[in-house]
Amino acid sequence: MYKAVNSKRPVNLDLTTIHFPLPALTSITHRITGVILFVGLIFAFWALGKSLSSPAGFDAVSDALANNFLAKLIAWGLLSALAFHFVAGIKHLLMDADIGVTLEGGVKKAQITVVVSAVLIILAGVWVW
Amino acid sequence: MVTNITSFGRSGLSDWLMQRVSAVILALYTVFIVAFLLFNPNLDYYAWSGLFSQTWMRIFSLLAFVAIAAHAWIGLWTVTTDYLKSTRLRVGAQAVIILGIFVYLVWGIQILWGA
Repeated sequence: MYKAVNSKRPVNLDLTTIHFPLPALTSITHRITGVILFVGLIFAFWALGKSLSSPAGFDAVSDALANNFLAKLIAWGLLSALAFHFVAGIKHLLMDADIGVTLEGGVKKAQITVVVSAVLIILAGVWVW
Repeated sequence: MVTNITSFGRSGLSDWLMQRVSAVILALYTVFIVAFLLFNPNLDYYAWSGLFSQTWMRIFSLLAFVAIAAHAWIGLWTVTTDYLKSTRLRVGAQAVIILGIFVYLVWGIQILWGA
């Protein structure tokens, strides 16, 4: 077998000691929320189309959002994904503008992203319920 | 310059700019819709459809839908290119995504101008 490295080098097989830094986690969450939003657009377009179709359609959508638990859960889920994607997107624009592009700045911006989006997700939950 | 036949603008720089421009449009649209719903808690059908019958709102909405198409394609192209290493799987997924984006666009236009 081809050996690329000297076997005397230390090997860490304890994967629980390895973890992603926070900026990596916010980055992958930005991607995951983006995919969720793309799929979730089905619900958003359905709600928009139905609510604009007729007074009865509008009432059906507002009734679902007021009384249907599943509809509320989907609305909250999509608003949460949107909130995170929005905040992480602004973080991206700040990086493009050369703001806080250091190791410390990156960690700090990731922390702010988590805190601000958590607040927005809670507020979205209050709004939906 | 590196070009790629499946990327949006055939160049990374063009995609980079399109992603930012579309992001700003979508951010403004999101803030507007959320603010409208927050400031009109007792919204009824006539106020809601009245908003969407305005020409400026239809332009703003169509702009947002086109921005979704560009933004989703660049974002999902990046994600699929990063994670789907099998060419068959990746191109298949990207074909489904393009079809989905096209359906959303037609659906959005149909909603704005009535079925």
